[in-house]
Amino acid sequence: MSTSAIRSYLPPVIEVDAENELLEVAMGPHHPSTHGVFRMDVALDGERVVRLKPVFGYLHRNHEKIAEKTTYLASMPYTDRLDYFCSMTNNWAYALAVEKLAGLEVPERAEYIRVITAELTRIQNHASAIGFLMQEMGASGTPLMYAFREREKILDLFEELSGSRMMCNYMRFGGCRVDLPEGWLDRVSRLVAELPRFVDEMEALLTGNEILMARAQGVGVLKPDLAVNAGVTGVMLRATGVNYDVRKVDHYGIYDRFAFRVPLGDHGDIYDRYMLRVLEMRESIRILEQALPQIPAGPILDPKSKPRGFRPKPGEAYGRIEAPKGELGFYLISDGSGNPYRYRVRPPSLINLTILEDMCLGQNVADVVLIFGSVDIVLGEVDR
Amino acid sequence: MLGEGILKGLAETAKNFAGSFVSEERLTTVEYPEQRLPQIENTRDFPFLVYDGEDPMAGLRCVSCQICEKECPPKCIYIVKSTDKKPDYVGKAQFYPTRFDIDISVCMSCQICVEVCPFDAIKMDTEFELSTSDRFGGLILDKHKLAKPNSYYQKIHPTEAAEVDGRLEEEKQKLEAKAKAAAEAAAAKAAADAAAKNAAVAPEGQA
Amino acid sequence: MKTAEELLSELQKALPGVQVSLVLNPSPSAQHALLVAAADALRVAFYLRDEAGYDYCSNATGVDWLDREVAEKVRTTRTVKKDVDGVEQEVEETIEQTVKRMESGYLEAVYHLYSMKMGPTDPHLPMVLRMRTENRTDRTELPSLTPVWRSAEFQEREIFDLYGIVFRGHRDLRRLLMWDEFEDHPMRRDYVDPDDYEYEPTPHDEVLKRAEAHRAAQGGAQ
Repeated sequence: MSTSAIRSYLPPVIEVDAENELLEVAMGPHHPSTHGVFRMDVALDGERVVRLKPVFGYLHRNHEKIAEKTTYLASMPYTDRLDYFCSMTNNWAYALAVEKLAGLEVPERAEYIRVITAELTRIQNHASAIGFLMQEMGASGTPLMYAFREREKILDLFEELSGSRMMCNYMRFGGCRVDLPEGWLDRVSRLVAELPRFVDEMEALLTGNEILMARAQGVGVLKPDLAVNAGVTGVMLRATGVNYDVRKVDHYGIYDRFAFRVPLGDHGDIYDRYMLRVLEMRESIRILEQALPQIPAGPILDPKSKPRGFRPKPGEAYGRIEAPKGELGFYLISDGSGNPYRYRVRPPSLINLTILEDMCLGQNVADVVLIFGSVDIVLGEVDR
Repeated sequence: MLGEGILKGLAETAKNFAGSFVSEERLTTVEYPEQRLPQIENTRDFPFLVYDGEDPMAGLRCVSCQICEKECPPKCIYIVKSTDKKPDYVGKAQFYPTRFDIDISVCMSCQICVEVCPFDAIKMDTEFELSTSDRFGGLILDKHKLAKPNSYYQKIHPTEAAEVDGRLEEEKQKLEAKAKAAAEAAAAKAAADAAAKNAAVAPEGQA
Repeated sequence: MKTAEELLSELQKALPGVQVSLVLNPSPSAQHALLVAAADALRVAFYLRDEAGYDYCSNATGVDWLDREVAEKVRTTRTVKKDVDGVEQEVEETIEQTVKRMESGYLEAVYHLYSMKMGPTDPHLPMVLRMRTENRTDRTELPSLTPVWRSAEFQEREIFDLYGIVFRGHRDLRRLLMWDEFEDHPMRRDYVDPDDYEYEPTPHDEVLKRAEAHRAAQGGAQ
């Protein structure tokens, strides 16, 4: 066995003076800084964190079991409720896995609509993630409200398209549910033209801010080899400098047609994660600028796809996309019946929390809140 | 200079604050319920049943096929199918729901019932002010509460309703044409039979 | 990117004696899997990570395969005495019989591996690694792959929680989503929901029956 095989990727052990009495704190489940109901059992030596155990399950509803008891289509609206900030990308990931399982083709127009909605989702998710991070840093409201103002405009567009702001339930196996309403693309173009100004505003507000730098730089550092081994994905991984973006690697959808860069961090700290989210918003705007004028006319659904009586042939498929929070995957096993035999969600939020302990040990308790916030999770997806 | 970033951020918020006095665009909120934003056309929340004509119960398009009940992901629809048939609004004898309940405390507004309905009988409403003091009874809508006229559907979703009406009209005409063609064919056949009979009889008569 | 077949022959060459076999996937996704015996799993996993380049374990999950009845056609040959052309001879005869037998079920752990090192390849298929327990009841142990890929840490805890596979060598094997006192494994196919229907506003069909049974058991109270 090589040396790297023996090398373990375990959290560090923090030395504590035997005389010191440890203080056990339960942070959560109803702590204002947690994004839902989540608990961290923390042991403190003074201000220093010496032990941290995350406790999950407060929002567990066994989404997978529900999905295995219903038809393939009936799980689509439930996927909206996983990461309720990004229902469009959740829909896409599930649709992609079923398309792989059943061998469905997606028409070109539907692929463009998917890219447009997914990138809008990414922008609003990253904007709100930054807003929440600042909220936890003590910047009560302002950055979050600025982000929500922009998010509102995007959600209005989603409502026009799908009928619902957050629970879109828009994509179908082999395409999308309805065609674009009249004038929708013009309204998206107008919004996209305004978005760079919003990102500039966000940057003017935050990027050079000394308080943010003092609290975020060098805090919650994650090493690239540990990040890869612990399956960390999305912004968290790229902030450590590992170049891995499923959009580039998997060639899913039509991302090959667009020129965009994958921003990479250097230090793997909270500030890098913040900066990467800003840069990814800019890249998403670039993709949108390219996709909007190119969108062709045509059908939006594979004619083989049907709402009732959908029974894929026996087999299995794993489909994944680059969701705003990381790699979102769906693993499906079909036994030839109308219900999936096995339905599994690979939740990026849960797996990105694997290294929460590693990042927090030895840090001050005040930074735990910040480190947790920088992971950007939604408990609906963590607990499923 | 230390504090430069903070000052820059403060300038940004000041700009937004002052700007909200002069620019309409920066005021993003309205004072609900006195002020309301225009309804977005595709908005959906809970389903309702469409009826044609004047009488809600006689004009219900629903023929109680129970597909929506089966496909509903959270299983919030409860239908009891009639044992007898009753003429629908075009006069064709159909089954009808003796009971049609939707529990909107369970419904998750996914509109899969609308997608699977082959009769365009169930559509999504836009009514959202549904708060009630009775958690159990007040949130179960029976078929009397659910039935809404086609004109209401046309009002809330004009584009979609126009398309549905066009399709139904087309189907109706097709049915009528088919009935007409069938009647004509029957008449023609009868005429032909009669002619054949006559023809068969005639030679005998001649003979 | 190597196909599963190529990887299988590479594994057999590099680690002689390991029990690995190919599990074909008939769906259009063509994501074939390698089935590895529990005893060899760690060796194979370390090889895949360090030599074959699969440094990233994306997904780890469980699957429950129930006991099932398989009908098989069995051909048996026997010698019978037969009268051929007036002379009694011994003739071999083949009979085909349909034999039904119970195939015992098992729990399966499935890992989806990718390589971050190798970068984009086309097609970018996952390497699917599977392990099976001996049965579903008492011999449900498998080696934990968390020492190889830390990303399996929470996911193996979830499998333990929801399926009941016990991962040997896991550093902190507790329930992840259900509470610690919970006893069953809810994702198993034969799991029966607890009877705790207190109130269902529109009970019908199966739910109605259960709600009524529950109410009767509670002495008529809701």
